[in-house]
Amino acid sequence: MWASSTANALKISTAASNSAFVISPAFSLSRCFSSVLEGFKYANSHEWVKHDGPVATIGITDHAQDHLGEVVFVELPEAGKPVTQGGSFGSVESVKATSDVNSPISGEVVEVNTKLSETPGLINTSPYEDGWMIKVKPSNPSELESLMGAKEYTKFCEEEDASH
Amino acid sequence: MAVPQTRSMGLPLINLLRLKGAPILQQLHLEERLLRTSYDNWCIINDGTTKRTVVMGVSGKAEELLEIDSVLRDEIPVIRRFTGGTVIVDQGTIFVTFVCNKDAFPDLQSYPQPIMSWSSLIYKKVFQGIGDFSLRENDYVLGNRKFGGNAQSITKTRWVHHTSFLWDYEVSNMGYLKLPKRAPDYRQARDHLDFICRMKDHIPRSNFIERTIDAVGSHFVLRSVDPEASQSPLSSKFEPSSRLLKREELEEAIFNSRSRGACAASASQAS
Repeated sequence: MWASSTANALKISTAASNSAFVISPAFSLSRCFSSVLEGFKYANSHEWVKHDGPVATIGITDHAQDHLGEVVFVELPEAGKPVTQGGSFGSVESVKATSDVNSPISGEVVEVNTKLSETPGLINTSPYEDGWMIKVKPSNPSELESLMGAKEYTKFCEEEDASH
Repeated sequence: MAVPQTRSMGLPLINLLRLKGAPILQQLHLEERLLRTSYDNWCIINDGTTKRTVVMGVSGKAEELLEIDSVLRDEIPVIRRFTGGTVIVDQGTIFVTFVCNKDAFPDLQSYPQPIMSWSSLIYKKVFQGIGDFSLRENDYVLGNRKFGGNAQSITKTRWVHHTSFLWDYEVSNMGYLKLPKRAPDYRQARDHLDFICRMKDHIPRSNFIERTIDAVGSHFVLRSVDPEASQSPLSSKFEPSSRLLKREELEEAIFNSRSRGACAASASQAS
């Protein structure tokens, strides 16, 4: 995905980059299926949220971690801080770049994944499980309805990568 | 209500701000503020900075990156900036920064590597016919020697890409930096002096700046602005995160590093 986006950014038109562009449907389906989980909701800034009763867990998607590269540092808020839908709550550092992480929903932070301070690479190796970032008590659960489901997010990723 | 003009002739507009000798902390505060509060695209060129300064990234650990005893002895300021990377800067450093909206280039994905590749197109043009320029991992190199280091900050709708160019450097300055634990493969464990090169050996200073402006002009429509135009309005509440580290923080880093070293030595003896 990076190769095709870079090739497009560089406006290279070679046989090699064209073959990187033309990813077979079977490959793209299996690639995206393996990186998008059912039952989660997704923001167009590539964060996921899993709502479980009174608490929602938030992290960044496999698509995001793949494009960011190796995560070496994570900045997270403290428990008790408010988050706003679409607003930044922290950042990750990879390849000398700091990238904002935005909350898909509004609420109050109730727990932070402290393992990420010692092992930030969990975001790369396990973006939907061990690499979770914060848990939030939602203040407006109806915000979840404005987010994408798995199929919609898969299509969103495919379209975004195809256009770059 | 007037709608701000964002494109002209199909190219995005960019405000070109030229500074000379601006302190690096002031430059970083400006960049961060423009990233977070402006809606325009900006190209900032700062031709040298007045005071020799070490700049570390957001996660940089002084005890791993710096010869802190020497830094403290010689009273070298140490800044923690809002992006990544480590660099020592002075009057021989030329800074070029882009602060852009994501939709300035809809075909460009706002992730580190695509932005890095995009920026290298500009400098490829600058060095055409002058030197063997290429992008190696996150560095600009001539041959296999680094002359420009890059770092970025990316938000939901905008990004900063800034470069410190080594137009010239003092050999003694490199003594303040340790060999980093994380280094690009192409460095191949070379020490600083075998790894970097001076741009002045390839291109005159003013020529580099003018060629850079020309190259930027092939991607944007340039609009020169006065430094006053970039000043923060009095009503602004934005607080930048880049800051000068206190002496106590650097002393604490030395203490912690020595404590960890002593613990590791006793643990190894006990086993």
